[in-house]
Amino acid sequence: MSKVETQDAAAEFMGRATNAQKIQALLHRYPWLSSALVLLIAIITFSFFNENFLTPGNLSLILQQVAIVGAIAAGQTLIILTAGIDLSCGAIAIFVSMVMAKTFSGDWTDPNDGLPVFWSFVLGLLVGTLAGAFNGYLVTRFKLPPFIVTLGTLNVFIAFTLIYASGRTVSTNELPDFFLVLGNYIDIGEFSITYGVLVMLLIYIVLAFALRFTGWGRHVYAVGDDPVAARLAGIEVNRVIMSVYMVAGLVFGLAAWIIMGRVTVASPNTGPDLNLDTITAVVIGGTSLFGGRGAIFGSLIGAVIVGVFRNGLTLAGVDLYYQILAVGLLIIFAVTVDQWIRKARA
Amino acid sequence: MSTAAVLQAKNITKTYGRVVALDGADLELFPGEVLAVIGDNGAGKSTLIKCLSGAETPDTGSVEIDGQTVALKRPQDGREAGIETVYQTLAVSPALDISSNLYLGREIRKKGPAGLIFRMLDTSGMKKQAKEHIAALGIGTIQNMSQAVETLSGGQRQAVAVARAATFGQRLIIMDEPTAALGVRESNQVLKLIESLRERGMPVILISHNMPQVFEVADRIHVMRLGKRAAVVTPKTHDMKDAVAIMTGAVKVDAKDQTLKPVR
Repeated sequence: MSKVETQDAAAEFMGRATNAQKIQALLHRYPWLSSALVLLIAIITFSFFNENFLTPGNLSLILQQVAIVGAIAAGQTLIILTAGIDLSCGAIAIFVSMVMAKTFSGDWTDPNDGLPVFWSFVLGLLVGTLAGAFNGYLVTRFKLPPFIVTLGTLNVFIAFTLIYASGRTVSTNELPDFFLVLGNYIDIGEFSITYGVLVMLLIYIVLAFALRFTGWGRHVYAVGDDPVAARLAGIEVNRVIMSVYMVAGLVFGLAAWIIMGRVTVASPNTGPDLNLDTITAVVIGGTSLFGGRGAIFGSLIGAVIVGVFRNGLTLAGVDLYYQILAVGLLIIFAVTVDQWIRKARA
Repeated sequence: MSTAAVLQAKNITKTYGRVVALDGADLELFPGEVLAVIGDNGAGKSTLIKCLSGAETPDTGSVEIDGQTVALKRPQDGREAGIETVYQTLAVSPALDISSNLYLGREIRKKGPAGLIFRMLDTSGMKKQAKEHIAALGIGTIQNMSQAVETLSGGQRQAVAVARAATFGQRLIIMDEPTAALGVRESNQVLKLIESLRERGMPVILISHNMPQVFEVADRIHVMRLGKRAAVVTPKTHDMKDAVAIMTGAVKVDAKDQTLKPVR
């Protein structure tokens, strides 16, 4: 308290904020601003290195590539806003894709004993929501750290997927059109994006609306900010956290749909990097790992930044190893900025 | 006192492991009075008021509001019973703005389908009312209701917490060290606020370490010692020295004639 008061007194004495303080305060208010700036600089830089970078075709490609990570990162953002983390998000999505595909295709020997596509889809989303609820239950009921809980369930869901799939991939011709439809293209002007990108954007719009305009959204921020204060202010903290993990699970289920559209099969071995890539997107997007701070669209920007870096560096002829290095440095940069912003006092 | 108590707590006990925080504490609050609760560190003041606000559930004992026994299991229960509390920790959410904090846990939705179907909050309405409530307390330094609470000074934050309690308190208001982080001028504002609440007929429980403030504003003074009520005195019959003596166990109050007897 005394340190804070000293700072206040100093600021009052100075009578005005320095430029660095002004930037700090601005970023504090709009945490996604720094990531948006990074994205802009990256796009401008890469367009100098390769003339093909800034073409509608290439930009469409980047969006298609980030649709899966972007969608899962939306759910991940909710959880991180409550000062949690979900290491199992990708595993849930893959598990759901297997559930959807296999309940539809049925037993391998008889092609006609599966569920109708609608029920396979609903069942898959239900499984995703329940998987999220399981994580949420362990976090709220047993007060276990989310990191440990989801580290455990990451392995659990991977195991479920492998056991359930018995090592087999559901191939494209076994999947119904509905499960592949998100891989289809839609032309918007010169851009050509998949329906998967649209579903991802829709997820962001719905969640952003809920966070910004509903009481639930404010409670999510309050719980992540200071759970004790939130409880004393009359918020049912455990219920909010539980709802967040369930909504996130549902989002991971929808991501499974996007995954099937993009890879056109349901395989237990899809996207082993998804779990951590989503955390990367959220962190680069300016959401604080300590909870209570951040904006969901930042995660979309974060996912796009990673896509732009990979794509731009590839076009510039940079080796894959250096691309990984670049993403690593970006994460460290983003967390450093977050720490700096958290010290801001307007 | 012939009138019925607004709040009556009987024989409250609360233990944390082996630590006995409350050992059969009683408390009565009468209509329109300011009851100060004083006591040494660890006497059980904060635990007692947490049991009254619903932040803690007592192990045994009962709490009655207007003669009706209430079960206060969660902070919401206290709120629903009309009890508002300013906690020592303030219980504000630093990253949220002032108006969000004021209405935290009881947000107002928009009217019509926007609120009913889409659960949209009436953000501008809440901001406008928040501004009125803050202004009503005479806190002129806070102007922008969209300012995040963490950008406020310690005193302003306390003002937000006090404003929240004063705005929504229906039956009674509990304040745990409401002037702890405040300067002299701001402390006086809070004391004035407490007096104006009393004029409105709103009973207040004030927990404080600041003896001069307690003796200035309180109608009765409830002294906690070792998890129990040691005595209830008034500023008219006893002075600060007496209160401290009771607090530290140097004297006991005779139950019949309220005289002080030294403890041998």
